[in-house]
Parts: sequence; C-alpha cells; structure tokens
Amino acid sequence: MERQAVIEVRDLVAVYGGDVIIDSISFDVYAGEIFVVLGGSGCGKSTLLKHLIGLNRPRSGHVIVAGHDISHCDEQTYHTTLRKIGVLYQSGALLGSMTVAENVALPILEYTDLPQDAVNTLVEMKLSLVGLNGYEHHLPSEISGGMKKRAGLARAMALNPQILFFDEPSAGLDPVTSAELDQLILDLNRILGTTMVIVTHELQSIFTVAQRVIMLDKRTRGIIAEGDPIFLRDHSRNSFVRRFLNRELKVAES
Amino acid sequence: MQTAEMSCRYDLFDRGDGHIRVRFEGRMDAANAAFMVREIKDVLQARMPRSLTIDLQNVTYLDDFGALVLLEAKKMISDDVGHFSLENVGRDAQRILSVLNFDALGKKQVFSQKQRPNVFVRLGEGVLEHASDLKHMVSFVGSVCLSLLHVAVHPRSLRKDDLVLCMQRTGVDALPIVGLISFLLGLIMAFMSSVQLRQFGADIYVASLVSLAMTRELGPIMTAIIVAGRSGSAFAAEIATMKISEEVDALFTMGFDPTRFLVVPKVIAAVIVVPLLTLFSDVFAILGGLVVGMLTLDLTANAYMAQTIKTLTLFDVFLGVFKSAVFALLVSWVGCLRGFQVRGGAASVGRATTSAVVSGIFLIILFNSVFSVILRYWE
Ligand SMILES: Nc1ncnc2c1ncn2[C@@H]1O[C@H](COP(=O)(O)OP(=O)(O)O)[C@@H](O)[C@H]1O
Ligand SMILES: [Mg+2]
Repeated sequence: MERQAVIEVRDLVAVYGGDVIIDSISFDVYAGEIFVVLGGSGCGKSTLLKHLIGLNRPRSGHVIVAGHDISHCDEQTYHTTLRKIGVLYQSGALLGSMTVAENVALPILEYTDLPQDAVNTLVEMKLSLVGLNGYEHHLPSEISGGMKKRAGLARAMALNPQILFFDEPSAGLDPVTSAELDQLILDLNRILGTTMVIVTHELQSIFTVAQRVIMLDKRTRGIIAEGDPIFLRDHSRNSFVRRFLNRELKVAES
Repeated sequence: MQTAEMSCRYDLFDRGDGHIRVRFEGRMDAANAAFMVREIKDVLQARMPRSLTIDLQNVTYLDDFGALVLLEAKKMISDDVGHFSLENVGRDAQRILSVLNFDALGKKQVFSQKQRPNVFVRLGEGVLEHASDLKHMVSFVGSVCLSLLHVAVHPRSLRKDDLVLCMQRTGVDALPIVGLISFLLGLIMAFMSSVQLRQFGADIYVASLVSLAMTRELGPIMTAIIVAGRSGSAFAAEIATMKISEEVDALFTMGFDPTRFLVVPKVIAAVIVVPLLTLFSDVFAILGGLVVGMLTLDLTANAYMAQTIKTLTLFDVFLGVFKSAVFALLVSWVGCLRGFQVRGGAASVGRATTSAVVSGIFLIILFNSVFSVILRYWE
C-alpha cells in the first residue's frame, strides 16, 4: 500500500543572508510515523525545522505540509495549516504569567467553543496524558525542566494536531526524564496516531523512538543518509554515518 | 437523531422508562466535539435519564475530545442513583479511555479561582513588600558605593569598552531629541513670557527669563527626564533580562561582581554625559528664545545675547551642571536597581522597566525640591 505523505519537501534551499545552510534537499514524512532529523551541531537541523513550520521561508523549493504549500501560500492558508500542527520548543516556551492549566487551555479556548466545564475536563485529560496531574495550578517558573517540556507538549497537542514537531526534546534533561519523554512520545504516537517530526542528536532517543531518520551533514549541506537508524548504524555505506551512530571518534578525515 | 457538521452522528433510543441508549457513529474528534457536547447536553437535559447506555459500535475513531463528549454525557445522570455504561468499545477507544483514566475524570478544578484576599492581608503584604524593597534599595546603595570606590582605587578594573558604549548610547544618541525638545521649550517659554513682558515694555527680559529658568531648573530636569525615559528604562530591561536568563548568576559564579560589571559603567557613563547633555540643552533653549525674540519682539541677536550673558552667572551654570550630575546618578542607579529586583518571567521585565522610569522621574523631582530648599537658605 502506498503510504500517504503528510509533509513533502522538494528541493528546499535554506539560507541566512548569503550563507547557504541547506542546499536542495527533498524528503517525505508519512502519516503516523515518527520521523527524526539528526546530525551534528550546527548542521542546520533547527533551521530545517523552522522551514517546516513556516517560521522561515525558503530561498527556493517547496514545503508542503498537510496538503498546503506553506512556502508559497497566502496568510489564510498558512493559518489553517498552523491549526494542524503543534510545536514543542526547546524549553517548553510556556507563557510565564499563566499557570500550567491556563497555558494548555489557551489554544482550546481560542479555537473551540466548548463550554467552560468541558474545557476544564479536557485540560485535566491533556495533563494526565503527559503525566502532570497535580501541577495544574503551578506557574512555569515553579516546575522543573522536564515538566515544562511535558506541559509544553500538552499545550502543543491541545487541539490534537495531525503533526507534532519537537526541537531537541531531550536537551537539558537527565537520562531518566529523557527516557520518560521518549516513552511519552511513543505512547502518544500509538494512541492518537499523531505524526511526529523530531530534531535531535541524542543517540539513545533516536534508537528508541525513530522509525525513519534523515541525517544532515554540514559539509555537503544535504542529506547523507535516510532510513531505519539501526540498519544505518550497522550497514550504512557512508562511514561517517556509521561512526556518528556508533558514537565513534573521527579516526581520520574522510 | 442529529448530524454534526461533518463526520459524527448519533441515534437516541428512549423507551420511556428512564433508560436511554445513545448510539454514536463516525469520528468523534476535535472537529465536532464542541457541537456534540452541546447537542448531547441539550437532549439529555430534557429527558433526565436514570440510566444511560452509550454504544460505540460504529465509531471509527475516538480521541480525547471524543472521550470528553462521553464524559459530558455521563455527567448528565446523577451519580448515586443513575447508571452509566459503555458498550461495544473498540480496542483503540478502550486504550485511550484507560490511558485517560475515564472513570475518575472530571472531578477536579484545574483553573485557579482568583480570589482577592481581604484588606488586611493586602495591607500586610504591601507593607512587607515595601519593607523588603527598602532593604534592597539600601543594600544596593551600599554595593554601588563600594563598587565605585573599588573602581576609584583600581581604575584598571573599570570596563572601558562598556563605558564608551554606554556613553554613546546615553549621550550621543540622545543629542537629537534633547536638542529638539530644548529648542521647542525655549521657544514656548519665550512666547508665553513675551506676551506678558511686552505690556511693561520689558521685552528684553525675555532673554533673562529663558536663560535663567533653563540653566538653573528646566535644563537639568528635562534632560534628566529624557535620560530616565531612554536610558533608565534600557538599563532596567537589560539587567532584568540578564537576571531572568541566569546571566547575572553566571557572572557571579565566574567571580565577577555583577554590580561592578554591569552597574558601574552605566552610572559613570551617565554621570559624565548627562551634564554635557544639559549644557547642550541650555544652548538650544537659548537659541529657541532667540528665534522668538528676533522674529516677534524685534530684538537684535546682539542685544538678546548681551542680555543673556549679563543675566547668567557662572554659579548658575555650575549649579545646573551639578544638579544634572546628581540626577544622572539617581536615574542610572534606580534603573539598575529595578533590573536587579526582577523576579519571574517576561511580564516582570516589563514591570521593572516601567518602575525604573517612574522612580527615576520621582527621584529627579524630589531631589530638585531638596536643592531648591537648600539654595533658598544658602544664598
Ligand atoms: N538566525 C541566524 N542567522 C544567521 N545564521 C544562523 C542563524 N541561525 C543559525 N545560523 C547558522 O546556521 C547554521 C545551522 O544552525 P542550526 O540550524 O541552529 O543548527 P543545529 O540546530 O543543527 O545545531 C549554523 O552554522 C548557524 O551558525
Ligand atoms: Mg538546534
């Protein structure tokens, strides 16, 4: 059966000023999968993510998300597309003046007309999905980094978006918390069928959650590997990819 | 029987004995949850069922929004006597319901009830807050003095690049606005006074009035207020942002004294450039007066300037400059203080900035009054 692509990237060129960061890459992300973008620091992972969610516009090429070409569309279409995606930012990006529950309720109150007590229950559900029951009344400054990410995740999936984007979900978390977050990502993917696009360089997470990966490279400014991470680790034809996934030091310049 | 906007519908069977069956069909998701919640509440409210059975056989998809619809339906029957059951729950639906812990949901209040505490509590809180504010202020006076002393003894420890940058931002960049405002102020004062003085044929005293008022009082005050608005607020915002992003802590653990590192260059820069700005402002105000004098009072430039020089003493100019140096110290000090007092997130940076400007202007006016009283008895 042909799988349905929810994100299609075609010949994307990303630049900052005159510097080309990503040079003409193409790939698809299929519905319901957990897709990981990996690569060393500074190879343009965050830049790619910003292009996928439309914060940056590409120099050339197309980014088609949920059927809309967000690189060449009007404001209206972009906003309808935004309703179908959720983004978890590196540090959660919760609004500091609101409690955890109010943060999660924000998009629900804005975009649905559920009655107040139903919103109340829904927020309770969202927080219990991410394991944060009991922290409804806390302010973001009163909870730990891992909890902030969970709360950010609850807010990102408040409207059950079709696609969730994660920028370095395990950055700054201890191994246990990080593993818990990976498990949460797997669970949400399984229960709600949400497509997940994750940017990371954390090997442990990659092997736990990723169903398919692409690897970016700073030197070639393109994709140097694509496929199942475990297969790539053991059998990739590119020795740099094997070394990266096996966590080996560079022996000699390839 | 009802059809939601798109993909979900339900059938209702009422046998008339208080037992109701509802059969849902299609997708129960975020797209139609709001509609379904309202629908189901309306229908059930009208019938007041004693027991409710929900059949999910034909439901193709159910997520937490769908669970919400079920839960709202469940709330419609009274807890103790009513009976609620789900039938034909599919595997996927079962999984999400158990993850959500469906049976225990909906009993919690997740939004804080915002209650205003009573007047005594608020009074007490206010007092404590101001007391700690005052303590902070006093200790900050001390730490700034110590840092300034340290820099006076070890001039090499002053961060000269920062100092130059601060001088540029506080002084040079403020020249256009200070010049413009002072010029217009001189213009206005000359206009207003000329109307009165002309009645007595005392036109020439417009020059005295403008120059004396500007150099002794208005020049220093106006300049200091502009600096409070431009630079006091900037100091507060910069330090506050550094504080909430732990940059101040980082400086501290690297062995720097945050006050010496951040505050001293700003205070010294302000104390150097604000008096210069004030002199600049005096000149522009006198020019403003001169324009009015020449255009509407038919005074010659010569006569106007001669009268100005005759009126002003060196003491007046020095007094203005001295006052403005004090104002500069106060404004930059309170700006940095408000920055360091910040606690919490983005909103508190805004409050710190506002408070820096308000306290700055208040201190300027307060100290100006003090100077006036002292001079009244001294001269
Ligand atoms: N706002 C920006 N302006 C200019 N260059 C940038 C900007 N953001 C990132 N870069 C550059 O783009 C490259 C890729 O950055 P980034 O996408 O953040 O890498 P990664 O997330 O993979 O570590 C880096 O060389 C970085 O210096
Ligand atoms: Mg990055």
